[in-house]
Amino acid sequence: MNISVRNCNLWYGDFQALKNINMDISNREVTAFIGPSGCGKSTFLKILNRMNDLVDGCRITGSFHIGGVDIFDKSTDVNLLRKKVGMVFQKPNPFPMSIYDNIAFAPRTFGVRKKAELDRIVEDSLRRASIWDEVKDRLKKSALGMSGGQQQRLCIARALAANPDILLMDEPTSALDPISTGKIEALMSELKQELTIVIVTHNMQQATRIADKTAFFYLGELIEYDTTEKLFSCPTDRRTENYITGRFG
Amino acid sequence: MKSIYGFVHVREKLMRGLFLACALFSVVALATITVFLLANGLPFIAEIGLGEFFGTRWAPLSDTPAYGILSMLVASLYVTALSVLIGVGIGLLTAICLYKFCPRWLVSPIRQMVNLLSGIPSVIFGLFGMTVIVPFIRDYISPSGVGYGILSSALVLGIMILPTIVSVSLDAMQAVPGSYFEGALALGSTREQATFRVMLPAAKSGILAGVVLAVGRAIGETMAVIMVVGNSPEMPVSLFQSVRTLTANIALGATEMKGDPERALIATGVVLFVFTLLLNTSFSLLKRDKTEKDDRKSRRKGKNSTPVAPAKPGSAKEAQS
Ligand SMILES: Nc1ncnc2c1ncn2[C@@H]1O[C@H](COP(=O)(O)OP(=O)(O)O)[C@@H](O)[C@H]1O
Ligand SMILES: [Mg+2]
Repeated sequence: MNISVRNCNLWYGDFQALKNINMDISNREVTAFIGPSGCGKSTFLKILNRMNDLVDGCRITGSFHIGGVDIFDKSTDVNLLRKKVGMVFQKPNPFPMSIYDNIAFAPRTFGVRKKAELDRIVEDSLRRASIWDEVKDRLKKSALGMSGGQQQRLCIARALAANPDILLMDEPTSALDPISTGKIEALMSELKQELTIVIVTHNMQQATRIADKTAFFYLGELIEYDTTEKLFSCPTDRRTENYITGRFG
Repeated sequence: MKSIYGFVHVREKLMRGLFLACALFSVVALATITVFLLANGLPFIAEIGLGEFFGTRWAPLSDTPAYGILSMLVASLYVTALSVLIGVGIGLLTAICLYKFCPRWLVSPIRQMVNLLSGIPSVIFGLFGMTVIVPFIRDYISPSGVGYGILSSALVLGIMILPTIVSVSLDAMQAVPGSYFEGALALGSTREQATFRVMLPAAKSGILAGVVLAVGRAIGETMAVIMVVGNSPEMPVSLFQSVRTLTANIALGATEMKGDPERALIATGVVLFVFTLLLNTSFSLLKRDKTEKDDRKSRRKGKNSTPVAPAKPGSAKEAQS
């Protein structure tokens, strides 16, 4: 699914958090958002599955299309949108229920009742998130008993169970150890064969490792957006250069 | 200088003794009440025998006195169960509504009004039940034309326990991490689905603790019940029939009975006391179960885990008064 954003402005009350952003994100690629804290990366990410709808006093202008569909159109079902555009949060947030029930949550929400089919979806999603072997013997155990890295991969599996076209990840590894981080990065390279991934990251090495394209945000503006290689090897904007060479942020 | 130190030292000792005495006071009070109840109640029960004590005939002042409390025990249980059903039904839905489904500006006023409800003396609830609920049930609902009874009492008590249910459930739900709610929405759930399938189950034990508190309050309530339950010591067979609860039984007889009848009342008190004990124990078990779970969780996850739905100690006190 291609994502196309035109003239995006966003205000939290009087504070303008995003300023006239234009961006096209292509299908089956990993796109990374980088930039100093508070520059609007999460905010922009959350527009794409309309999680900003929950924020009081948040006002958005511009046009936003995913797969050609206007996501803010009145006829767009926001719940279906969120099913199609999955999200993984910074802090792993498995529900306080069994591993199985966590994964089966989205399918059940959308009406899958048959045990055999749920079993199939659960196994399939856990395999796609490469965590099946670790949890297959304790599917009925609470998800809260897993390690942080496992919890995060469980959350990825849970999102995959909704069968999304796009996966949004907001600093998914910032709370994890290097080994878990490596596992999740490997997972992303696999998943991009089948879906579009947008990831916010604080870690520039991570962006260079996994992202096809990288976007640099600064103070609510999209400063530079290019292939990862180009953006890191010869940035065109001074602010990008300063940031990636570590002079601020 | 030395004398000042000495003075400070003595004062500190005195204060500590005072604190200890105060702390012991409630222990002593509890022990005294327990001893009083058991010492007077148990011998009486033993004298007349369990069979007679849990019989259905209560006629302490007749020529052939009988001290069976079974019908009052059953009435107490009926009234309590029904009132908790009503209170939990309405209260839980109120809490859910306040949680995410009503305009923000309405939450605080509604919450405060619900809390105000908990400050109203029970005799006023009784008065209200007597002059409004009982006539209403008599005229419009009761098939037998009797307004007093289990249904009226359950309605009055249901209203009385609402504040406990609402505030404890709301606290429990608000203590559930908001990230669960976001996570559920991000998977395509509606707000209703997120609330009923994630938040409510996560708040379950906190809510249950609130229900136990409410049961305790309902079974122990006396004044309001006396005014609407009718007070005939008969075995309940209908919702619309004058019956008597254990609490009403004690209160009604307490001022005029002497001798064996009075001991019978104390024995009734023992039964009530046992119920309260059971409820309190299950409440602490619920709470301990909860804290242990949280402890285990936070030990695993490090320091930044959020406890899920602790029962507010404040609400506990308020509900047991
Ligand atoms: N819910 C909110 N209400 C008000 N301001 C917010 C809210 N969320 C974020 N902001 C502000 O918007 C700006 C961008 O935030 P965010 O998108 O979270 O930044 P980033 O993810 O790049 O660190 C910050 O200045 C932040 O303070
Ligand atoms: Mg962020």
